Amino acid sequence: MNVLNFVNAFFSDSAHWHGYDGIPQRLLEHVQYTLLALGIAAAIGLPVGLLTGHTGRGGNAVAFVATAARALPSFGLLVLIAVVVGIGLLPVMIPLVVLAIPPILVTTYEAVRSVDPAPVDAARGMGMHESSILFRVELPVALPLVLSGLRSAAVQVVSTATIAAYVSLGGIGRYIIDGLYQRNYEKVVGGATLVALLALVTLAAFWAVGRLAVSPGVRRR
Amino acid sequence: MDSVTKRYPDGTVAVDRLTLEIPDRSITVLVGPSGCGKTTTLRMINRMVEPTEGTITLDGADLQRQPVTALRRSMGYVIQNAGLFQHRTILDNIATVPRMIGWGKQKSRERARELMERVGLDASLAKRYPYQLSGGQQQRVGVARALAADPPVLLMDEPFSAVDPVVRKGLQDELLRIQDELGKTIVFVTHDIDEAIKLGTMVAVMRTGGRLAQYAPPAELLSDPADDFVEDFLGADRGIRRLSFFASEGLQLTTAPVVRVDATAEQLAAPDAPYLLVTDVEGRPLGWSEPRDLTAGDIAAERLLPYGRPFVPGTDSLRAALDCAVLSPTGWAVAVDGDGRVTGVASQQTIGEAIRTAHGAADGRTAGPGTDGDRPAGAAGIAKAAP
Ligand SMILES: Nc1ncnc2c1ncn2[C@@H]1O[C@H](COP(=O)(O)OP(=O)(O)OP(=O)(O)O)[C@@H](O)[C@H]1O
Ligand SMILES: [Mg+2]
Repeated sequence: MNVLNFVNAFFSDSAHWHGYDGIPQRLLEHVQYTLLALGIAAAIGLPVGLLTGHTGRGGNAVAFVATAARALPSFGLLVLIAVVVGIGLLPVMIPLVVLAIPPILVTTYEAVRSVDPAPVDAARGMGMHESSILFRVELPVALPLVLSGLRSAAVQVVSTATIAAYVSLGGIGRYIIDGLYQRNYEKVVGGATLVALLALVTLAAFWAVGRLAVSPGVRRR
Repeated sequence: MDSVTKRYPDGTVAVDRLTLEIPDRSITVLVGPSGCGKTTTLRMINRMVEPTEGTITLDGADLQRQPVTALRRSMGYVIQNAGLFQHRTILDNIATVPRMIGWGKQKSRERARELMERVGLDASLAKRYPYQLSGGQQQRVGVARALAADPPVLLMDEPFSAVDPVVRKGLQDELLRIQDELGKTIVFVTHDIDEAIKLGTMVAVMRTGGRLAQYAPPAELLSDPADDFVEDFLGADRGIRRLSFFASEGLQLTTAPVVRVDATAEQLAAPDAPYLLVTDVEGRPLGWSEPRDLTAGDIAAERLLPYGRPFVPGTDSLRAALDCAVLSPTGWAVAVDGDGRVTGVASQQTIGEAIRTAHGAADGRTAGPGTDGDRPAGAAGIAKAAP
């Protein structure tokens, strides 16, 4: 028995393609958890990163928060919160958001900080408002880096969202947890393959967004 | 600017009680060694830096009382390396301020196109991005962007210092041409005294510590430096450079040693001169020769001595004329008209006399001996001829 056989068996079993435990359903759930966690993390990390990056103030606080957040183990956090608030979406979302914020926050801060100061000075000197300077001068140039922060957050969340299955939720983690429990390695390997594929799709999606959203003048080609 | 001082929070006094009256519709240059407070002075005008003491007024109104964005929008700002927005095309870079003040996309772009032409940028560059342009082209875009909303005031901080000397000269000439057409009030910062002298109507020389050393028109700076610091800063050859301000118009030319290539033997023998300048049948110079080396009907252009670079009286300065004479193998400068036809030649001695006359007139003293009273070479300091 090798891994490829497992993969092949898993994906060719028609029972895995429909129903509440079918691949489409589990994928959908997984993507939903990921998007929700990423959305919340971006809603916190992006504005804070942009603002601290623009003003240059609070850089130390950003670094501290990010380091602290990175030190928290996702699984431990999940168990802890599940014990406190009970089983549900919240104990899944909090560790995922905590996981996603540092790369978003730190890269956004660094991205804005590293924008060439000359155009910013020129923009200010021509009477541009601070908000326009941030969104029309700094952000377009910082965008590739900002996207890379979002991308690494997204990939981490995709792989870590499997923990949702521990608190009886769905997602691809179901296959892995159930498979381990049932000693059904076909399921375990199939689930792991799905996670890897989803991570690749995420990378591809970010590449496409980068192509569309980043100006050719910044991409330099 | 009235007794303006800028002390930075760390205690550095960048500008110390500076009083300066900047004339309308002309180029005022701030020049001085690195760290003497030029940039700080310039940035106090658009309030990128706020003065610690003193007041700056524009047309009688205190800058401090004006809303800062409106003030900045009424002043074009050009910085070193241009500071272009790399994510925008050249056209959109130039259209920034018009867009910002609500001109609408179409009108702004039309205006941007017009400015590209004005600063000498090819229209085919409009859709490019800054990284696709040379340093000199980027600098032109920077100037166009600053001019886009037609501000009455233009602030320029070492705009041409990052490009090579040839490109810089082109940009300087372009700026003078644009200024001739538009008549802006320009404040120009540089650490290059030659640039200051070339561009400035008035030049403010600043010294380390943010104090004004001298404020004068360039010709006066060269003739009467206020102190040793200014004299040092002007460099060793200020006497030669000062000649740029004297017109070569009144220079006494002679056509005696000029002969045509088809001259007869008598014509070749007639002039009593050590050298003859041979021209083609249309009067364009071919070269110098000693009379005994010329045979009537058999003058070969290749065997003549080179005549160097001719000067155009009226357009070029005495500096150009002197340069011509110095470079010429015979010591004589060749004067030509706009079409390149010889109008005469002048010896180093004649040019030397013209220089003395010009100095005399400029200094308001009577000219020394050896000058003819009827030569108005003292149109000095008015014509700003190219060196
Ligand atoms: N933000 C600041 N904080 C503290 N000191 C400053 C600041 N900006 C400039 N200075 C100091 O003020 C002095 C004048 O600086 P400024 O930039 O005006 O000089 P400059 O004449 O433009 O020099 P350069 O030719 O090198 O550009 C310098 O000693 C500089 O170190
Ligand atoms: Mg400076």
